[in-house]
Amino acid sequence: MNKIIEKEQLNNNVVKLIIDAPRIAEKRKAGHFVIVKIDDKGERIPLTIADADAKKGTITLVIQKVGVTSHKLSLMEEGDILTDVVGPLGNATEIENEGTVLCAGGGVGIAPLLPIARAFKEAGNRVVSVLAARNKDLIILEEEMKECSDELIIMTDDGSYGKQGLVTHGMEEILDKEKVNLAVTIGPAIMMKFASQTTKKYNVPTIASLNTIMVDGTGMCGACRVTVDGKTKFVCVDGPEFDAHKIDFDEMIMRLGAYQEQERKDYENYLETL
Amino acid sequence: MDNIQETLKAERQKPWREEIRKAIKPKDRTSMQRVKMPEQEPDVRNKNHKEVNRGLTEQMAVKEAQRCLDCANPTCISGCPVGINIPKFIKRIEQGEFLESAKVLKETNALPAVCGRVCPQEVQCEASCFYVQKLKKDPVAIGFLERFAADYERNSGNISIPEVKKKNGIKVGIIGSGPSGLAVAGDMVKWGYDVTVFEALHEIGGVLKYGIPEFRLPNEIVDVEIENLKSMGVKFKTNFVVGTTGSVDDLREEGFEAFFVGSGAGLPRFMNIKGENYRRIFSSNEYLTRVNLMNAANPDYDTPVFSGKNVAVIGGGNTAMDSVRTSKRLGAEKSMIIYRRSIEEMPARVEEVEHAKEEDIIFMNLNNPVEYFADENGNVNRMRVQKMELGEPDSSGRRRPVPLEGSEYEVDVDTVVVAIGVSPNPLIPASMPELDVTDWGTIKVDQDSMQSSVEDVFAGGDIVRGGATVILAMGDGRKAAAGMHSYIQEKAGKRKS
Ligand SMILES: Cc1cc2nc3c(=O)[nH]c(=O)nc-3n(C[C@H](O)[C@H](O)[C@H](O)COP(=O)(O)OP(=O)(O)OC[C@H]3O[C@@H](n4cnc5c(N)ncnc54)[C@H](O)[C@@H]3O)c2cc1C
Ligand code: FES
Repeated sequence: MNKIIEKEQLNNNVVKLIIDAPRIAEKRKAGHFVIVKIDDKGERIPLTIADADAKKGTITLVIQKVGVTSHKLSLMEEGDILTDVVGPLGNATEIENEGTVLCAGGGVGIAPLLPIARAFKEAGNRVVSVLAARNKDLIILEEEMKECSDELIIMTDDGSYGKQGLVTHGMEEILDKEKVNLAVTIGPAIMMKFASQTTKKYNVPTIASLNTIMVDGTGMCGACRVTVDGKTKFVCVDGPEFDAHKIDFDEMIMRLGAYQEQERKDYENYLETL
Repeated sequence: MDNIQETLKAERQKPWREEIRKAIKPKDRTSMQRVKMPEQEPDVRNKNHKEVNRGLTEQMAVKEAQRCLDCANPTCISGCPVGINIPKFIKRIEQGEFLESAKVLKETNALPAVCGRVCPQEVQCEASCFYVQKLKKDPVAIGFLERFAADYERNSGNISIPEVKKKNGIKVGIIGSGPSGLAVAGDMVKWGYDVTVFEALHEIGGVLKYGIPEFRLPNEIVDVEIENLKSMGVKFKTNFVVGTTGSVDDLREEGFEAFFVGSGAGLPRFMNIKGENYRRIFSSNEYLTRVNLMNAANPDYDTPVFSGKNVAVIGGGNTAMDSVRTSKRLGAEKSMIIYRRSIEEMPARVEEVEHAKEEDIIFMNLNNPVEYFADENGNVNRMRVQKMELGEPDSSGRRRPVPLEGSEYEVDVDTVVVAIGVSPNPLIPASMPELDVTDWGTIKVDQDSMQSSVEDVFAGGDIVRGGATVILAMGDGRKAAAGMHSYIQEKAGKRKS
């Protein structure tokens, strides 16, 4: 049982929830995630911990409305109770002083990127960030990202904010002008695939944090499996971060769609009930 | 051992036992036929999730109990991993004292309603029954009777809650709420300990909840046992992954003096063949968890499950049988078992194999998958299978399956469930490097006390044995409880002196 302490609408599709979870708040590190189940009939979904306050005993989750559960979550209010929140799960990001770290986030992926960018900054790195989304409204947490970045580039598909273009254009701009020691990318799978191809051209080691389908989040079901370097890995216990240049993104994108049809139908049915 | 033999003998000589024994002549007992379990009709039950076995009536149970000869040397007991006093509980049924019978079961078995349903009796107690050993007849239906007594007690509303000793205030932590953890919790709380069970999932029960389907073991039955433990004082903390939510060290700081690790064998194995990561190829854990734990087949619940018309389940154990029978219930037209050995060598309980056959499951034995194919969306649509033949016996004593050259052929499928086994859950060993584990990843323990290489950590069940059974897990749990108890007493003794 975890109470929603605070709710903020980041844009039409994205909400930020601050949730009471003292144990998790104390233990979590950048890169960790939780599994949330909102009520007795709910499904278990993974959400990256965007931030935490160990003193207040809270964690921050950022949720984009994409299906039934995320929609229901976005409708919940301060004071509401989530029946189950478990974590922190997965392996934390390995934070070291690498030199210059390029952080490339797309859409709601900016939320999990934030704690990682912060941690690299605190470890003494120069942090350069590229945030990308379809349009201005979908760029979230800009202020927070700015605070922990030495340089920040914003890209929108339609040019409604920042520069017009894709995340890879922003990345290339940086990669062309300075030596980058490590890149981190989080966002939609297709975006990570292209971000990874870009850094590969420049020979920059890159990690991607994967958001596959999950059920238990403890290594029990294999729903989250991906192929990395030709081997099957479980994202929840072996990841969520992997060497981006070795991830089979095409397989991952295919697997992400496994419940697409059924979920779209469920979502449409659900929207009709609202 | 002598001690136990003496007690059994003394029990057997009690007047009520003598009286019951003399009531019917042995010849009349042995000429009776073994009872048949009332079941839902196969073509009805393969469309619902209700329990297949309906349970014996009182009359049936008493009659079956009459078959038991109350042997002077009850070999059945030696076949039971927890040493239930089998003749005694059966004679209580014959006497009509069903609640007393349930009490006998509970002396040694914390979950009789569960074990009566899922134990492989045919290789345990029933295999060592006098009827099988000496008379070459069907054994007494010990499992059915165990279930009868436990169900009778539960339905009577008169569940006997074991006596709990005065609280001693000593905190012990149980990691994992499967049968091994529940068994430890039951014993430790009886002896006065302050017991907390930590469970990673949102539900208590381990495999009993997420793995074994409703049609074999209704959740309600497990819940009643959990409620009993709660009323005895056991505390349950769900959504708590020991190792990440809090480490064993953290818990030590919070005052826990000993731990039992019953974290199970949760990691599903795959065959690592081409195409195995296509959509609609699941591990049995995922498939069963969606349906059993998350209620995916019920439209009121949010979790989806895909289950198609042509379902292939790879494997021959209980998990494979549960998966294939589940697929039928989710509407499959063709549900197939694909297993590389012959039907006789399948590790599943005999009853499950029989039930599966009656439910129109297709058995493709001596076949092994070699590759999967998919449509343009990545949904599996065909698999290539290779025929096998049996060669020389391997280390398990079973004849090793060898591929038949040039025998490959293709089968149309739209759902595949891989049920070829599980590996030990790595979470605890990974979070405690000081813990000795085998090359397989199982925790090393002392056979008697179940103590691990870390003094205050005990372990049992699948995390020690690899994939095993409910009753072995519970047996381990009881040994570990005794081990923990004497460890804590000794430590306290040392502190005093
Ligand atoms: C589908 C299926 C059918 C089966 N059928 C039969 C049968 O008919 N008869 C039979 O005898 N046996 C059967 N078995 C085997 C039997 O269920 C297991 O041997 C038994 O459940 C093992 O018990 P356990 O206590 O070791 O662990 P489990 O039941 O596996 O429970 C372990 C629990 O620990 C939790 N856990 C793991 N790590 C942590 C952690 N770090 N912190 C907190 N919690 C943790 C897990 O979430 C899980 O709930 C079957 C198994 C399956 C999968
Ligand atoms: S989510 Fe089940 S194994 Fe990763």
